[in-house]
Amino acid sequence: MKTDYPSEEFVVQVQGLKKTFGDFVAVDGISFHVRPGECFGILGPNGAGKTSTIRMIYGISPITTGCLRVFGLDITEHWRTIRSRIGVCQQENNLDPDLTVQQNFEVFARYFDIPKNEARARTQELLAFISLQHRSDARVEELSGGMMRRLVLARALINNPDLLILDEPTTGLDPQSRHQVWEKLEELKSQGLTILLTTHYMDEASRLCDRLVIMDHGQILVEGKPIELIQRFVGHDVLEIAHPSDDLREHVQARRLEHDDLGHRLIIYSHQGNTLFRSIAGRYCTEGCVLRMATLEDVFLKLTGRELRE
Amino acid sequence: MKNIMAIRITGRFIHVWQRNATVYQRIWKISFVPPLLEPLFYLLAFGIGLSALVGDVTYRGFQMSYTAFIAPALIAINIMYNAFFENTYASFVRMYYQKTYDAMMATPLSLEEIITGEIIWGATKSVIATAIMLVVISLFGFIHYPHGLLLIPLALLGGVAFGAVGMYFTAIVPHIETFNLPIFLFITPMFLFSGTFFPINNLPLWAQQLAIVFPLTHVVHVSRSLSFGQMPPELLWNLGYLLLLCGVFFPLAIVTMRRRLIK
Repeated sequence: MKTDYPSEEFVVQVQGLKKTFGDFVAVDGISFHVRPGECFGILGPNGAGKTSTIRMIYGISPITTGCLRVFGLDITEHWRTIRSRIGVCQQENNLDPDLTVQQNFEVFARYFDIPKNEARARTQELLAFISLQHRSDARVEELSGGMMRRLVLARALINNPDLLILDEPTTGLDPQSRHQVWEKLEELKSQGLTILLTTHYMDEASRLCDRLVIMDHGQILVEGKPIELIQRFVGHDVLEIAHPSDDLREHVQARRLEHDDLGHRLIIYSHQGNTLFRSIAGRYCTEGCVLRMATLEDVFLKLTGRELRE
Repeated sequence: MKNIMAIRITGRFIHVWQRNATVYQRIWKISFVPPLLEPLFYLLAFGIGLSALVGDVTYRGFQMSYTAFIAPALIAINIMYNAFFENTYASFVRMYYQKTYDAMMATPLSLEEIITGEIIWGATKSVIATAIMLVVISLFGFIHYPHGLLLIPLALLGGVAFGAVGMYFTAIVPHIETFNLPIFLFITPMFLFSGTFFPINNLPLWAQQLAIVFPLTHVVHVSRSLSFGQMPPELLWNLGYLLLLCGVFFPLAIVTMRRRLIK
């Protein structure tokens, strides 16, 4: 993967970006930058505007207003140059079912004007990268969901991109396949590839992203490194108490502990989890009281709320 | 708008055509069969079965057997069918179910190039079918050469025209079942009333005027004239009409497809 960006300080620059569909505002004036070599995540519940944002970034969806530059180039004017330098892994497994695995890669390489010999060599290289070289003659429908996902990922690398864009790369995969995809993405990252991804899996974002934004209702709520966001919004530890008693509720309010009351469940955020746990667990609950590390999921739920998005 | 469109169509559309050609190479043995057998079935059923009842036909001052009359129309019908069905059902499956266009739009291809490649591919299928049928029908001696060779470029022109019309419907239909409507309203009437199985002057005057509007009428007339070794200058009108159809429906297909896919 290429790592040098002579004149480009940022791989992606988004400034005041807005996207409307009729009266509906899908993306409402967001700004962020992606630096070379980093993995940048866009998080948010369904309908937050994640996919709309990255569809604008890879030039498939025209921007309504704002400024959007990739590799320092304006997307509206230079969409073709930009697309020739990026790899895109869309949400659906849109491999070509009319073709074999190998043909999928070679046909895709033609879209980038990659010469035939180079395409063939690159295909073998990429199939080896995802450990599927033995399936090169298989038809797409014979493959499992996890294999297809790895193939979509590998196909997105056919043009040796300077930026890899992934829209929910592991949605719908079993745990084994998810971990395999993550390993491959980490490998790519270590080679210096810049990655931009959307996800609503917080463990995925924590593991892969150097920096991220959390979006909701088309706006960016926060931006930062996963650890910093957890520190800033939740603290170090989380105490979860099932079926809290009224005594406990009074206690929590009296001590002004930061908490979320879900009715059947009380969640207390803290920086000194151990001492708090001992003082509370001993007095107020006999069972169903858990102390755990704060996660990005706590940040996410705290910022975007707990109501369902459908 | 026009300016943007001009820049957006480059020779890259050939990669979309190549994708379909690659798929065709896998299944060509099956794809070859219909254009090979279909004219034989029709020539047998209509030529041998029906011509005994019909006798000879007089067409524009020429007298000919009924089989010789319908043979060039069979080619014209196949030009229509191949391009139209490729750019309706097959294109719709690629666009809607297989998300092939979505994948292509994440590469340096523009939507305009994708649509162009698809329509040219539809026309290519018309050309392939025409070439095969030409061989079969020539064995019966119904094609006059060298004029008959011009049926190949005719298939390309007619294929682009019917393919563009098909692509327009692909851009506007909500479901794949909706294609039944244009097929029932346009394709079937054209199949029957475009001077295919009887001369259009057998129709009442109003129906004749309607038949002139049918694009297939013009393909049939050119095909029949060339097959008889005739090249009257009036054919330019027929070709002009087909060009006009391309000129209207090709941009229309692109505009409606943009509206459907680019959001």
